[in-house]
Parts: sequence; structure tokens; C-alpha cells
Amino acid sequence: MTTPAESNLLEVQNLRVDFPTRRGTLIAVDDVSFEIKAGEVLGVVGESGAGKSLTGAAIIGLLEPPGRISGGEVRLAGKRIDNLAQEQIRQIRGREIGMVFQDPLTSLNPLFRVGEQLIETLQTHADLDEKSARKQAIDWLAEVGIPSPEVRIDQYPHQFSGGMRQRVVIALALCANPKLIIADEPTTALDVSIQAQIISLLKRLCREHGTAVMLITHDMGVIAETADRVAVMYAGRLVEIGEARKVIQNAKHPYTLGLMGSIPTIGDTEEELRQIQGSMPRLAEIPEGCAFNPRCPNVSDRCRKHRPELQSVDESSVACWLFEDAAVPSELS
Amino acid sequence: MLAFIIQRLLQAVVVMLSVSFVSFALFQFVGDPINNMVGQDATEAQRELLRERLGLNEPWPLQFIHYIGNIIQGEFGLSYRLGIPVEDLIADRLPATMELVLVSAFMALALGVPMGVYTGLNRNSWLSRLFLTISLIGISLPTFVIGILLILIFGVWLQWLPTFGRAGVVDLGWWTTSFLTLDGWRSLIMPSITLALFQLTLIMRLIRAEMLEVLRTDYIKFARARGLRNRAVHFRHALKNTLVPVITITGLQIGSLLAFSIITETVFQWPGMGLLILQAIQFVDIPVMSSYLVLIAFLFVLINLVVDLLYFIVDPRLRLDSLSRGAH
Repeated sequence: MTTPAESNLLEVQNLRVDFPTRRGTLIAVDDVSFEIKAGEVLGVVGESGAGKSLTGAAIIGLLEPPGRISGGEVRLAGKRIDNLAQEQIRQIRGREIGMVFQDPLTSLNPLFRVGEQLIETLQTHADLDEKSARKQAIDWLAEVGIPSPEVRIDQYPHQFSGGMRQRVVIALALCANPKLIIADEPTTALDVSIQAQIISLLKRLCREHGTAVMLITHDMGVIAETADRVAVMYAGRLVEIGEARKVIQNAKHPYTLGLMGSIPTIGDTEEELRQIQGSMPRLAEIPEGCAFNPRCPNVSDRCRKHRPELQSVDESSVACWLFEDAAVPSELS
Repeated sequence: MLAFIIQRLLQAVVVMLSVSFVSFALFQFVGDPINNMVGQDATEAQRELLRERLGLNEPWPLQFIHYIGNIIQGEFGLSYRLGIPVEDLIADRLPATMELVLVSAFMALALGVPMGVYTGLNRNSWLSRLFLTISLIGISLPTFVIGILLILIFGVWLQWLPTFGRAGVVDLGWWTTSFLTLDGWRSLIMPSITLALFQLTLIMRLIRAEMLEVLRTDYIKFARARGLRNRAVHFRHALKNTLVPVITITGLQIGSLLAFSIITETVFQWPGMGLLILQAIQFVDIPVMSSYLVLIAFLFVLINLVVDLLYFIVDPRLRLDSLSRGAH
């Protein structure tokens, strides 16, 4: 399953994130493996609590205690980054891997001018004097489509609208030219009309700078429009990963099928949207075997006892017993 | 911004007028001062003469107007007890109290803020626990007990520091200071620690609580995600966001430092305003009492004005005139 290291910018292998609590350890991200190639957009979808954001936080070393990486490896350009010291991972943040958060209204420090925050970030990662840092900051504001950036640079976040603030956030995340951006629901908090603008801005900038994107979202529409490949997560596990077009048009895993079925399409003749029965289990109550088995329409005894591993089906990888064929099934649970 | 300042100044005037009315009313209701001033054997004529000299025979509204007029000119009347102008008494005592309060406030801030930041960042370290335990003592022990304990340990047992009084004072003509001599500092140190301890623990606990709150916010996470250095994240981004409540509390506390100084000054026989007012109360020296009231009120109003202005400096969202431009 592992592809040669040279072509992969980011490799996540058997990543496990857990939360030790008084009543036992909760496993929030369970044995997740994927890779992102340079310049590629990987969409990560799943319901709230599926472990998407935690996977992102684990990669960039910002898990909040008591959350911790308890297994697996994260490699950036072939170099392990999951076991680095604080100071080393700090130097990777922003410079190698940038991050965009969900809510632009709260992502910017309200007490500092937009320019101060940009200049500070630029100067942290490159040896720039005040004047050239300011010039670069203005250029970045212009690049993310902020009108009259020479004026706006000296304004405070509360003087910007939500969409404009998210543009500033994107400028901040990209300004040290990272090779990878982890965008955690970058449009969820925005108006629908602004969402499309922000997504196309992110897409354009990353294409121009050759930045890879890990796009975390629960919006399949955004994935369809943006992602090269898509990873579907459920209850902390990866259930399907493959080329976006293939996964969307020809979903394999029953959960992915359910997700696709719950998207409304224009001209649909059906009265109601299809929905997946039940809800995702809480971390303390993940069932034995396949985590999806209580909600799965195709469930069998085997699903209740044994956990399926990812295996290649056509050109995607799926973790489901329905597709067990040539590959020798692993009996690990 | 200017409109705001003018509005605040007008409010301050109203507050000062009300306070001076209360302090003026003291003269009307707290007994007849003439009895305290002249002996039992004084004749009625002598009493009348004194009453006239002190302006106590006029109708009260007229007296009030005179009173306000005098205050504005910096004349607070004669002390009944000492027979000298109150403003001279205050000018004599004010430097002692102000220096004590200033040193205490500085001590509380200079130690309380870093301790608060430290305990907020390292919640579980043993040093944080030590700080929090000490702060519990600082909050729960009354000021006079702390003062007496300090006197016992450093004054009596170890004999490092003087136990009372204000030694080594240098007279600058318009101000007396203990900052210029070693003896001055030696006698200043115990009273100011006594006065500062409660404020220090309060500020430390406040900053700690605010830090814990702020460190959870998205902008701190985003600042970390941008790879900013810990120092910048903690002391620039986080600390500045904790400042608004800290400024409020510090402002109020400087006011109460002035008030608490009565106890500390009594314990250490510190020749400040606190000691003055205490002696004035014992003697029903109303001009001193009412002037003290007016002066403390004035200092409170002044501190609050400064606090309001500091908000503007710290938080740009409050600068209303800039809001209108940001309606993008």
C-alpha cells in the first residue's frame, strides 16, 4: 500500500490518537494511513466527531492534552515529524505546514492590526526587516483579494467582514510558503455565497504556489469541486480513500454510499433525501468489528466480529468485507 | 474619543459635587465642634466668636457654596484639633501614603502578572502549586496579621528592618520621599509588602484565570499553527487579551490600597493619610475627615478616568469612531 517516498509530500502511517481518561482510553483516530502528494488536494470527509480535525491537529503537532499520538508515524518529505521536540515542530508549523481554521471571526487576534499579525508571521519564518515584511504583507493581502491593501493592513480584524477575514486567515497561513495546508472546514462558518469564493481562492493560490491541501470538510459539494482524492472517515477510522471522481460516482463502502445518497440533487424526483439510519457511535461505544456495522444495510456476522482492513477495489481502497476477494483477509480485530 | 473624555469629565464633576455635599453634611450632623475646641469654662461670647471665625453661623446653603469655593482654591479649612490648615496637614502626609501605595501597586503588578502567566501556562508544575498555596494565605490572612507577623520575624527576631516609622526621609520642598536613602527603603519595605500581598495574589489569580481562558481561543491556536514562538504567543497574543479585566481590577485596587493603608499605616505607625484620618476620627476633627473624603473620592475618580482611557489603548474594538469606517 505504501508508495515510494519520493513522490509523497506527507505520509501518515497507522496513526492513532487517543485520550486517556479516568474511565479508560478513548481512541479518537484509529489506525489511519494515507498520503498526500506535492500539490495535491486531498479531501477528508466524515461526520462531526469522525476524527478528521484531530488527524489534522496530530499532523501539525497541535493536539490538545490529554490527547496524544499513541501510535503510527507522520512523515513530511520522508522525515518523521510526529516525534519532534516542541521547538522543531514549531519551525515546521507555518513554514512547512500551514493551517486554516473553521471560524474566521475568532481566528484573528482582535487586539492586533491585521498587518501586525502578518508581519509578525513573516518575520518569524524569514529574516526580513520591517519595511520589506510590510511590503510582502501588503502583497499578500492583495493576492488574497483584499481591496486597497495599503489601507486595510493598518486595520483591526473587527473592521473586516467574515469573508474578508477568512481571506486574511488564508494569507496568514500561506505567507511563509508552506508545502502543505491543512484547511479545517474553511468555509463552514461562512455565508453560502462567500463559501464558493473562498474555496476558489484557496484552490487558485495553492495551484499557483504548488501547495498541497488537506481539505477537511463535511460538504461533499466542496470535495467534488476541489479535491483530487478523497478520504472518508467514520468513527476515527478510514473507510474509503481514492480518486475524488471515482469515489463520488462509484462509491464502494456502504457508509460512503449513504453519504452520497444524502446530498440533494437538482431535478431529483424522489420526495425525501435518503438518510443513514442511526448516528455515529460515541468514542466509548465503538462496536466490535466494523465500526459501521450497526447502521449498515449489508451487515453480516463477520462485520460484527472482525474489523476489515483497507484493501484495493478497482482504483480505490475500501475497508469493507463486501469487497473481500483476491486479497487475503486479515483477521485482526 | 474626545466626546467620550468630555462626557467622563462631566460625570466626574457630578460625582465630586455629590461627594463634597456628603462631606459638607458632616459638619452639620456630627455634633457641635465648638464644644470640642473650647474648654468647659468658655463663655458664650467666646463660643460665638469662634463660631463666627469658623463661618459656622451662616445658613447651610451659603456655607456649602463657600465650602466648594474654598476646596477649588485648595483651602480645606482649619483642623479643629491642631488649629493649622488641613491642606498643610495633607500635603505633609500625602507623600508618605502615595509612596507606600505606589510601591505596593508596583510590587503587586511586577510580581503578580508574571506569576499569573506562569501558573496559567504551567498548571501542574510544583512551582504553580506553591504559588497558589501562598496566594491562598495572602487572600485569607488579614492585613494586620501579616504586618504583625512581618514585624515579629524581620523586626524583632532577625532585627533586619525597623519595626515602625518612616526613617531616612529627604525633603524636596514640595514632596518628602523615602526613595533616596537606604534607611528610607528599609522602613518602606515591610509596610509595602504587607499592603501589596493581597493585591498581588488577587492579580495573580485573575491573570491565571484569564490566561486559561484565552489560551483556549481560536486565535491562540491559529497563532501556534502559524509557527509563532511560544514567547510571542504567550506574552504578546495571550497576555494582551487578559489585560482589560486586569486594568479594571488594578484600578479599583489602587483605590482600595489607599483605603487599606489605614490599617497598614496604623500597624507600622507610618505617618501617612491613614494615620491622620484615624487620629481625626478619634478627635471628631471634621475638617480633616471631610477633606480626606473629598481627596479619596477625587483620587478614585482620577483612577477610573485613567482606567477608561487605558481600555481605549488596549482594545481597538472600543474606539467607536473607527468602527464606522469598518462597515465593510
